Amino acid sequence: MATTTPDIQGSRGAKSATRPGDRIFSGLSRGSGITLLVIMAAIAVFLTYRAVLAVSDDSTNFFTTFEWNPAGSPPVFGIAVLAFGTVVSSVIAMLIAVPVAIGIALFISHYAPRKLAKPLAYVVDLLAAVPSIIYGLWGAIFLVPYLDGLNKWLDQYLGWTYVFDKSSDGVARNLFTVGILLAIMILPIITNVTREVFLQVPKMHEEAALALGATRWEVIRMSVLPFGRSGIISASMLGLGRALGETMAVAVVLSPSFVLSGHLLDPGGGTFAQNIAAKFNEANEYGRDALIASGLVLFVITLLVNGAARWIIGRRKEYSGAAA
Amino acid sequence: MAKRIDVSGLSAYYGAHKAIDDISMTVEPRSVTAFIGPSGCGKSTFLRTLNRMHEVTPGGRVEGKVMLDDENLYGTNVDPVAVRRTVGMVFQRPNPFPTMSIFDNVAAGLRLNGNYKKSQLADIVERSLKGANLWNEVKDRLNKPGSGLSGGQQQRLCIARAIAVEPDVLLMDEPCSALDPISTLAIEDLIGELKERFTIVIVTHNMQQAARVSDRTAFFNLAAVGQPGKLIELDDTERIFSNPSVQATEDYISGRFG
Repeated sequence: MATTTPDIQGSRGAKSATRPGDRIFSGLSRGSGITLLVIMAAIAVFLTYRAVLAVSDDSTNFFTTFEWNPAGSPPVFGIAVLAFGTVVSSVIAMLIAVPVAIGIALFISHYAPRKLAKPLAYVVDLLAAVPSIIYGLWGAIFLVPYLDGLNKWLDQYLGWTYVFDKSSDGVARNLFTVGILLAIMILPIITNVTREVFLQVPKMHEEAALALGATRWEVIRMSVLPFGRSGIISASMLGLGRALGETMAVAVVLSPSFVLSGHLLDPGGGTFAQNIAAKFNEANEYGRDALIASGLVLFVITLLVNGAARWIIGRRKEYSGAAA
Repeated sequence: MAKRIDVSGLSAYYGAHKAIDDISMTVEPRSVTAFIGPSGCGKSTFLRTLNRMHEVTPGGRVEGKVMLDDENLYGTNVDPVAVRRTVGMVFQRPNPFPTMSIFDNVAAGLRLNGNYKKSQLADIVERSLKGANLWNEVKDRLNKPGSGLSGGQQQRLCIARAIAVEPDVLLMDEPCSALDPISTLAIEDLIGELKERFTIVIVTHNMQQAARVSDRTAFFNLAAVGQPGKLIELDDTERIFSNPSVQATEDYISGRFG
């Protein structure tokens, strides 16, 4: 007690920066920051270590092999099909979801009467609250049979594009269906984030366009979309992150196979997360390491995508609306 | 070019609240008319009824007539968007489009209005920037963002943007209130030049400014907070500031209230 007293008095005097409250708080926040870094590092080290163990025993090229048989002797497995399926289904999802989400967000923020905008925003929030397994079941039971017809139509009229050429029969448990399902699943998050950004467009920017004689669409084009640009990109990246990592819905809908096919309507293919979920329980220790290696690749892809998004946002920083 | 504004029996509402009551006045072409009055007296609201910007505010509603020469802006078949293309506006805070370059900012209104050739656009942008006394300061960096300019330069950029489309009328809503005295002086000089070509209406809180730049001055007042604002009197600026015909005007001008 006696030794602490001078400290406290000192802290009330010249060195006001070392009050106990300040010290505790800065210690806590610094501790939280360090903990985060330690956890991240621990995950990265764990993934890398197990992945290296598995990949070094792989008898074929890990990146180009169309097969997954880590239990064989020698073990043969590769991520080519998974990487292709993951990227393709996510790209389809983005192509569908981003324009629709921007449309919904604009409708809620700028077109809908207030009485309609609030309930609509609430419904979009609800969509985000549905668990992914439910989406998966809905996709498998409802969406797949309905998409059979669309698939046939696409095959008939757009078959010449190769992408929509359906070379084998079978139900629509394909990457295209997965892409559509993922689009529905990532729609709410993209919509919500872009809507928030659109609502934050300063009134003076919109009035600037209005006063020049801009129509509502022209106001959106001149003021709202440019201001929301970085927000749209961030929102899309959030959605893409979810699409890349989505597991259950894909696992339920897709009939997986280790075939890499550019015919998106053919059943088969696979994604990283779906493959891990499907194989993890029956895999031996070595097989699990192989799955972890594939997980590491997904992690790297996600990092690259995020980095690219940050680069795009930062490239025209001097033009960003936030500066004004 | 430079049309006469003739307002009769104009009232404006925010929802159920009446903001201005039964205003009638005439604004002469090629002149500067200043609106002065205490805060909340509806002078900005009235200004915004002159290019149909008031009704953009949720609940905003207007009754009465605004004749621009012989066209009623509130006529049944009049498109508000078309009105705003002929009645330009400059706002209190400079609001260049932050994502556009200086050139694109000035060209923004032209691009809305129709197809111009590149060379035509460049000519008009140069002429407008010269008209706004900004050309010499920005001619070497037309492709840089407008948000990089100083506040006063941004406001002159907004004026250039407004005059590029050759409006009939130029409305200014306290255009200098966010600017330093030097920039304010630049804008005031500019207003003096612009009135050769446009009908100018300016709202200002600064009575010296009204005295300096305007030919005619309108004094607005409200009976009490919550009551609608009214036009008290409109007269030659010189007369308003020396020998107004209404006692309330004299009280306001001489600082006895407001």
